[in-house]
Parts: sequence; structure tokens; C-alpha cells
Amino acid sequence: MFKHMKKVFSLIAIASLVFVAACDQMAGNKQQKKGASKTVDATKKAGFVKCGVSQGLPGFSNADASGNWTGVDVDVCRAVAAAVLGDANKVKYTPLSAKERFTALTSGEIDVLSRNTTWTLSRDADIGLTFVGVNFYDGQGFMVRKDSGINSVDDFSDGISACTNIGTTTELNMRDFFNSRNISYEPVAFEKADEVVAAYDAGRCDTYTTDKSGLAAQRTKMANPDDHMVLPETISKEPLGPVVRQGDSVWEDIVRWSLNAMIEAEEYGITSANADSMKSSDNPAVKRLVGAEGELGAAFGLDNEWSLRIIKQVGNYGESYKRNIADTGILPDRGPNELWTKGGILYVPPAR
Amino acid sequence: MKLKKILPQAITLLVVVIIFGFFSLNAQINMANRGIDFGYGFLTQESSFDVQFSLIEYSGSDSYARAYLVGLLNTLLVSILGIILCTVIGVVIGIARLSPNFLIRTTAAWYVEFFRNIPLLLQIFFWYYAALRALPLPQEAEPMLGYFFLTIKGFYTPSLVWMNLDIFIYSIIAAIVSIIFIRIHGKKLRENEGKHIPVLNISITILFILPLLTFFFGGVEVGYETPVLKQLAKTSFIFDGGLSIPPELLSLVIALSLYTATFIAECVRAGIQGVGKGQREAAASIGLNRKQVLNLIIMPQALRIIIPPTTNQYLNLTKNSSLAAAIAYPDLVLVFAGTALMQTGKAIEIVSITMLTYLTLSLSISLLMNWYNAKIAIVEK
Repeated sequence: MFKHMKKVFSLIAIASLVFVAACDQMAGNKQQKKGASKTVDATKKAGFVKCGVSQGLPGFSNADASGNWTGVDVDVCRAVAAAVLGDANKVKYTPLSAKERFTALTSGEIDVLSRNTTWTLSRDADIGLTFVGVNFYDGQGFMVRKDSGINSVDDFSDGISACTNIGTTTELNMRDFFNSRNISYEPVAFEKADEVVAAYDAGRCDTYTTDKSGLAAQRTKMANPDDHMVLPETISKEPLGPVVRQGDSVWEDIVRWSLNAMIEAEEYGITSANADSMKSSDNPAVKRLVGAEGELGAAFGLDNEWSLRIIKQVGNYGESYKRNIADTGILPDRGPNELWTKGGILYVPPAR
Repeated sequence: MKLKKILPQAITLLVVVIIFGFFSLNAQINMANRGIDFGYGFLTQESSFDVQFSLIEYSGSDSYARAYLVGLLNTLLVSILGIILCTVIGVVIGIARLSPNFLIRTTAAWYVEFFRNIPLLLQIFFWYYAALRALPLPQEAEPMLGYFFLTIKGFYTPSLVWMNLDIFIYSIIAAIVSIIFIRIHGKKLRENEGKHIPVLNISITILFILPLLTFFFGGVEVGYETPVLKQLAKTSFIFDGGLSIPPELLSLVIALSLYTATFIAECVRAGIQGVGKGQREAAASIGLNRKQVLNLIIMPQALRIIIPPTTNQYLNLTKNSSLAAAIAYPDLVLVFAGTALMQTGKAIEIVSITMLTYLTLSLSISLLMNWYNAKIAIVEK
């Protein structure tokens, strides 16, 4: 009897110990040293940046046959890796569906979400996320078959079926658009972009709606890309940008300024090719950006060459755009994504 | 000694409570750390997204709670259709596997081995993408039986247009109630006075006559509406009017029932083969004919073997219906655990509601099947 009791009590003791230890550890999570960043420490320890990307959107984040990721969204992750770890290739990519992306970020599976994600009020304020900037100004549009006789959204009529993705602002914009025009429509919403393309391509829907950059990119995947066209109208504002978890302001700043550094570098004409020689530039703003003057990196616990590494290893924004979006024939015209000095709306706060 | 009996159970309970407590505390702390608040208040907010196919009135200005209901009803619809269809196919194939005819027997065996060995998701993709592509566009579709059109945008059938439908439905309810009374009365007569009245014939007659009368006296009228081709743009057409069944629903029901039917066929075969040969011979020896042997001796015993594993298959089908999300059929997972979750970001709340819903669905099905199983169980006399 006593022998039995002993066993029982030791079991209870172990169980309570585990419980107490677990609570203790979780309470520990809560406190954070001022000035230090848990995410930066974890990233340095792991040796790679945990980055969430799309499941394949040419120009933004797309993996080739051998698993190399390219795209303007991917370049943001590479820039962060270059700034924090010194090597742009030290990124671990996690392909995510639209549905999974925010949970992956808030649960800590990834530390940066760079996946053509629209910055909206409810997302920014509601779900424990912080948007750090805009790396692509987009807008929602419609794709139709060229021979359909639809040449503008004015040609849409009652009963039209529209294929799209679930879990995106697209679904909401589409409703606002059709309701405001009093057109009854059939929404056919799929979980993955590839499934939307396959269904639209098969003729299930009259139109395919998503961000215009997405339409341009997906068109290249169709059986006959030339049979389809994107309608001229844009029905929404879609500022796409990288997202981080709320609550780690140092990490937030690093991601924000990694992106800003790329855009500012383009503004000052610093490219991956001439970055080193720019150290002897006469312009103090240029010298600050290539780490030859000032102590910019210290503000978020990095060395002074963080931005130089970004420019050398990833390139400036213009190089990234040209390499991923213009040269691949997706959107050769930069439109609003041109610098503010050249008629676009790309404008970032000064790095000083 | 009593302590020795109770203690292990008490400890198990304690451990379970601790584990649950640990996980909920963990979730709570982590959510607080990340600034996520918890609550079900979002259910009354406006959903602001539309759903392709709904059994009830729904638009984006309704609440998330109603969107949940839309998803739930769509899941129920596909499950019920699937269960009915897979049972019919399963029983036919199961019996065919025992056929003395070589061709029928072999075909049935091939069917079972083929469909149960290909992953269900792949079959759903096949029926949706491959079969869909083969269907004609609405403007090229040939009518079947005059008014039915199977096109890439859906299956269009004529629909009935009712006047005073409620009176018609009440008359059916009245018919069913009176049939129940007649059955009870008939049973009494049989047991007390030994008189037989043709209960079945009377029931069928009531079921037809009563609703029929409402057409003459109740003001019930029924017309029909046929689908008509309508042009949206130069090469874009749909059928307007009538009933339109989306291809997503069609392919999902076909894939689910063809797949599940293979397992039910095996249950049926096992059930029939599980009844001893001696039973059949004994029944024949007391002069029962073939039909009587099957209905009175074989089936009642076979059903007891068939029902429990078949229940499992019904549960599987219901849960597998959540694969609908892959082909845009707006079921509970796509509408609620998909779009609604994305728009609100309430992952824990929505996933918990969805899990609870599937649990309730599964428990209801198994309750129903257990009741039926108990009803047909052999009563020892």
C-alpha cells in the first residue's frame, strides 16, 4: 500500500513541477529587455531570417526548378538577411497561402511576412500585425478573354461569374464593386492561386480578379497568355508591403529601413555595382547610406555597413524591380512604382 | 482498498486537467504577448463578403454568424447527398461482388480496387478539373431531355414554381400524421382481434390523395420554369431561370460518393458473407422462397454486421467533405474557417467553433446509426 502511495505522490510531484516550470517560462517570455530585440537575437542564433512568401507569384516571390526564390518580395527578405546576418542568402523561405500567412506570423513560425499583402486598417490594428512600408503600389483589376467582347468593366452584366482567391481583400473589393454597380455576380473563390488560374483557364469563370500585378504575373502561366487581357480599370488601392509581428519595435525598424534603404539608394543613384566607390562621394546623404559617415546602424544594434551590404548583395529598388518585374515581361512600365522624383509615388523618409 | 481503486482515476483526471490548463494558459499568455484579443463578438459583425452558393438568403451585409450557417448548410447538403448516393452505389456494388455472373463480379471488384486506392483529393481534382474541361460552354451545350443542360458553368435544370407552397407542405405533414395513427390502429387490431387491414396500401393512398386535393381546393398551383440561354457578352453566356447546380457541388458529390461507396460495398459483402451457409439452407428447407430467404433470414442478420462499419464510412464522408475548399465549393471550411477567419483573424475562436461543429455532426450521425443498429439487433426471446 505504502509503496503504491509513494509512486502516486512522486507522479503528482512531477506533474506539478512541470506545470510550474512551464508557467515560469511563459511568464519569462513576457518581459523583454529594453533596446534588445528577441527576434534579432533568435535570428542571429538560428543563422537565417525566417521569411514567409507566396506559393508562387512570378515577379514577387517564385521558386525556380532548383528551389531558388526570386522576386521583389523575396528581395526584402534578402535585404533583411544582408543587414542582420551579413549574407543575403541566409533566408529560410516558407511558402504560405493567403489564409495561413497571418497566423504563421503571429505564431512565430516566420518573422517577416513578405507576400504581396495589402496594408489595411483592420489588418494593421486588429490582428497583432504591423505593416512596415510599401514595396509595391498595386490595385485590383479584372482579366477577361480577348474574344469575349468585354473591353471595360462597363460591359459586365448580371450573372457574370468571377474567379478569385479566398482570404484576400480581393473578395471584399469585388463585392463593393459589383454592389455599387448593382450587378449580380457569382463569386467562385479558391484557396490557392494555381487553382483559380486553372478554373478560369478552363472557362469556369468569365473573369478573373485580383491585384493587377498578380493578373499580369498569372497570365504568363495560362495555356495561351495571348488569349487574355487585363481590363484598364483599377477598382481599389492595394499598397503591398512587408509585415512583422507587433511588439518588437527594433525588428520592425530593421525591416522598415532595409526596405527604405533600397528605395533611397535608387534615389541617390547607388547601385550594387558602384556602391563601394560611392564611399568617397561628396554627398553626405550618399556617404551615410554606404556607411562611410554617421552611425546609422547603431540605432538598431547593427554595424555601420548594414545598408552597404543590402545595396551590394541585393541591389537598389530599381535594380530589384528591373530584374524581377520589368525584364520578366510582367509589368515593364513602373507606373506608380517609380520614384517620386520621376513622376511615381515612391517616397521614403530620409535615412539620417 | 477503495483508495487504490479511486486514486489512479483521480490522477488521470488531474493530469488531463493540467494538460488542458497548460495549453489554454499558454495560448492566453502568448495571445496577450502578441496583442491578440480573444472573443466571439465578431460573430455579429457584418461579414462583407459574398458566397457563391447558399441554401438560405445571404449577402455580404449579413453577419458572420449567418455566413457560418451558410457554410454549415452547404456542408450538410453535400454530406446528405453523398451519404444517399454512396449507400445506393455501395449496396449495388456489394451485392454485385457476390454475383454468380463472372462479368458483373469482376467489374465490381475492379471498381472497388480502383476507386478506393486513389487518394480522395486527387479524385476530387479529377472530377473538377479534368471532367470540367471536357464540358461544353453554355452556348455550345446540347439539351438533354429537352430542358437539361450540362455545361462548364453548371448543371441547369427546370425548376418548379409554386403558388401556396405552404398549404401543400401542410397537407403532406397531415398525411404523415394520419398514416402514423393508422399504423398504430392497425397494429392494435392485429394484436387484439387478429384482423389484418392493408396498412401499406392505405398509407400510400393517403400520401397521394391528400396533397393532390390541395390542388383542387387549397389554391395550390405549380408551374415550371426552364433555363434559357442568356448572352452576357460576345462569347460569354449563361442559362437564366430554372435551377442551376454549380459544378463544384456536382464534382464533390460524385467524387465523395464514388470513393466512399467502395468501402460500403465491402461492408455489404462482408455482411452477406458473414451469415452462415446453414441459415440459408435451413430457411430453404422449411419451404421459404428465394425472396423470403433474403428478406427474412439473410438481410436481418447481415444488417447487424453491416451497420457499424458503415457508420464509420458515413462519418468519413462527412469529414472528407471539407476537402471542398480545394475546388471552391463554399462549405463550412471554405466560408467560415477560410474567408471569415482571414477577414477577422480570429483563428482560435473560428477553428474551435468549426471543430465543435464537426464533432457535433459526427456524434449526431453516430447516434442515429447506433439507434438504428439497436433497433435491428436480435432480441433474445
